[in-house]
Amino acid sequence: MLYISRGKAAAILLTALFVCLCAVPNFFPESVVQRWPGWAQRHIVLGLDLQGGSHILLEVDANDVRRQKVEGLREDVRRVLRDARVGITGQPVVRGNTVEVHIRESDLPQALTKLRELATPIGGLLGATTQRSVEVVDAGGGLVQLTVTDPAIVQRMRQVVDQSIEIINRRVNQIGTVEPLIQRQGTGRILVQVPGLQDPQRLKELLGKTAKLEFRMVDLSMPAEQALQGRPPPDSEILYGPEKEGRMPYLIEKRVLVSGGELTDAQPGFDQRTSEPIVQFRFNSSGARKFAQATQENVGRPFAIVLDNEVISAPVIREPILQGSGQISGSFTVQGANDLAVLLRAGALPAKLTIIEERTVGPGLGQDSIEKGKLAALVGSLMVVLFMFATYGLFGLFANIAVAINVAMIFGLLSLLGATLTLPGIAGIVLTVGIAVDSNVLIYERIREEVRNGRTPITAIDAGFTRALATIMDSNITTFIAAAVLFFIGTGAVQGFAVTLGIGIITTVFTAFTLTRLIVAYWVRWQRPQTVPI
Amino acid sequence: MRLLRIVPDDTKFDFMRFRRVSFPISAVLSIVAIALYFFHGLNFGIDFVGGTLIEVQSKVGPADLAKMRSKIEGLGLGEAQLQQFGAPTDVLIRIPQQAGGDEAQQAAVAKVRNALGDEVDYRRVEVVGGRISTEQMAKGTIGLMVAIMCILVYLWFRFEWQFALGAMIANVHDLVLTIGFMSLTQIDFDLTSIAALLTILGYSLNDTVVIYDRIREMLRRYKKMPMPDLLNISVNSTLSRSIITHVTVTLALLALFLFGPQAIHSFTATMMFGVVLVGTYTSVFIAAPILIYLGVGTSRLATEEEPKASPSPARTRA
Repeated sequence: MLYISRGKAAAILLTALFVCLCAVPNFFPESVVQRWPGWAQRHIVLGLDLQGGSHILLEVDANDVRRQKVEGLREDVRRVLRDARVGITGQPVVRGNTVEVHIRESDLPQALTKLRELATPIGGLLGATTQRSVEVVDAGGGLVQLTVTDPAIVQRMRQVVDQSIEIINRRVNQIGTVEPLIQRQGTGRILVQVPGLQDPQRLKELLGKTAKLEFRMVDLSMPAEQALQGRPPPDSEILYGPEKEGRMPYLIEKRVLVSGGELTDAQPGFDQRTSEPIVQFRFNSSGARKFAQATQENVGRPFAIVLDNEVISAPVIREPILQGSGQISGSFTVQGANDLAVLLRAGALPAKLTIIEERTVGPGLGQDSIEKGKLAALVGSLMVVLFMFATYGLFGLFANIAVAINVAMIFGLLSLLGATLTLPGIAGIVLTVGIAVDSNVLIYERIREEVRNGRTPITAIDAGFTRALATIMDSNITTFIAAAVLFFIGTGAVQGFAVTLGIGIITTVFTAFTLTRLIVAYWVRWQRPQTVPI
Repeated sequence: MRLLRIVPDDTKFDFMRFRRVSFPISAVLSIVAIALYFFHGLNFGIDFVGGTLIEVQSKVGPADLAKMRSKIEGLGLGEAQLQQFGAPTDVLIRIPQQAGGDEAQQAAVAKVRNALGDEVDYRRVEVVGGRISTEQMAKGTIGLMVAIMCILVYLWFRFEWQFALGAMIANVHDLVLTIGFMSLTQIDFDLTSIAALLTILGYSLNDTVVIYDRIREMLRRYKKMPMPDLLNISVNSTLSRSIITHVTVTLALLALFLFGPQAIHSFTATMMFGVVLVGTYTSVFIAAPILIYLGVGTSRLATEEEPKASPSPARTRA
């Protein structure tokens, strides 16, 4: 046990040195590290709880997606039947995930063939599967039921999440933050992590808005108040103005003239006459054409600019707008106009997103946590080091060297993995200092015992190592299992604890098996001790 | 230099005799802990029941808790809790889960921000929705179970089944007592508490495994020694190590508790209770003597023959 070949000793020292050196980039400022070669730049990432920032988990509204999908199917049914000139009684109706349509008996076979064409195969991982997007059932008596299948909804969810991630990326990049993390979680969730944010409230406002912009006509067939009391015309609905203006009701046609998807640009600006903040926009060519046509046909009538089902403004069309650009004025603040422009440029989200979890830490608290964590680590290590020295003297010193290298290696491994250091993670490191010396304690206590049993110093040391190492392995694996489980179930900060605890165990076992042995072996060779000083 | 000897070299304490005291005590304490859990309950944090947590720091001297409380209670957001958090300027505000779902929660945060205005600095805002909290609760519970199972299987491979079972009984007992402690003190029970429980589990087992390793070694060496004597020798010979290690871990935890940030106070408090108080006691007074009841080396007492539960020869030491 005490004999270690030169080659092995060199390998041990080189490994330890290499891992320790990996921690070096953390001690230099970012600007210095950036000039180093790429492989040397790996460093520990501070968690949001330490550097401040926002962690926001968004969920796609599955109901919204399902509703859109079924609505889409109803439109398809109507179109297919109209194109095939099939007679139907009444309109297709939506019931849950199903669209029901009554078809004239004589047209039924033709209608069924046409409707079955709507059921497209759903691509799985291995190409086409037997699953289809729509299930068509002939319920008898001319009633046909078309049901959107679950796989089709799941597939649509996936698309919605992909599109949303793209749009959120554009929105977040607009507010000029560094290294935001935007990723899918499960089927319908998106995780957004933005470090070092000054105004987390604004981020939430940008994320929470669907930003669906629509230009629609105001229905003048009856006053909004009357429609509110009675029943609005079938092709119109009641929408309200902004809350700060007393939620004024408007009767708005359901037909959309032009939607926000056809914008090519949106910029904040100021109205030349009133110097109010406004948003100027520009349509693409098809949008411009539609807008020109609509405004030509409706001069003198009001139209509504609707954002997320809220009427921002309802100006009267004074003259046809032919050049495809215009402005939205709606008693904005400068910030409001700015944000709306950002949202319009980034595009509308395909479905509503809800914030289901938020964890925001201000930069002040993060800094405090780092300082207090450092202090605790320093005091804790110092106490452990002093205690070990008092208990084992020279061997305590050996243990302290091993622990110091151990901690340096934890930082090295964390850097190598680009792992995130969180506040509980710091606690994990401090705890590791306390636990790491245990391996030395096990070895030393065993040596003491062997000496008591009458062995000579060198055989006692040898036997101490041999017997203790097996125990060290056994006892550390249990904590490692706990850390591993914690890593898989935990999120964010807690995961950070699992990482440092787990890495700490690996380095502890490594130092016990190699470094401590090496140090003691060299000491024995050099001193030829007659007694063991512990 | 004279070195510190916490445990004298020739300590021969009769730990096994205490099993007639320690077992009933542990049984009673466990029942109390379980009763506390069911009748007193845990102070679940927002991670597990949803809701909002806001940490604010007053910009104008010490925070006026009463004034802040009246401002927030006027908002109609349910039973809000305010407590001083560390420094006198810092206040932790807890708002229960809102009835209107996730959007209502966000609206509640906005209302609190409006009410408190610019007099305070918002150091931390955490909002957890109902579904997320339910999921996390399930995940935490499953995680604990999985960890216990994994460790049980590991121990079963490394030792005899009696050892695995004994270690598990002893350490689940640790967890039960720790949960009882958390109920009694009404410490926040959140995700970091799960981390604390898992670490306590791993760490207490670490301690138990060290003692079991020694017991196994002794079983192999002394084929005829009666079980209680053998256990006593094993526990006594590892006692010094147990205590020294616990001192170092306690020193580390104490530093975290005294100097670390407020946010990990309940975490370190739980760990101190679980690792330092319960863990040590369990390894010595429960985990070792329970082996007698689980039938390790019973034949020794009766017939003084080759023990039935001698360790498997498959395991050899380097």
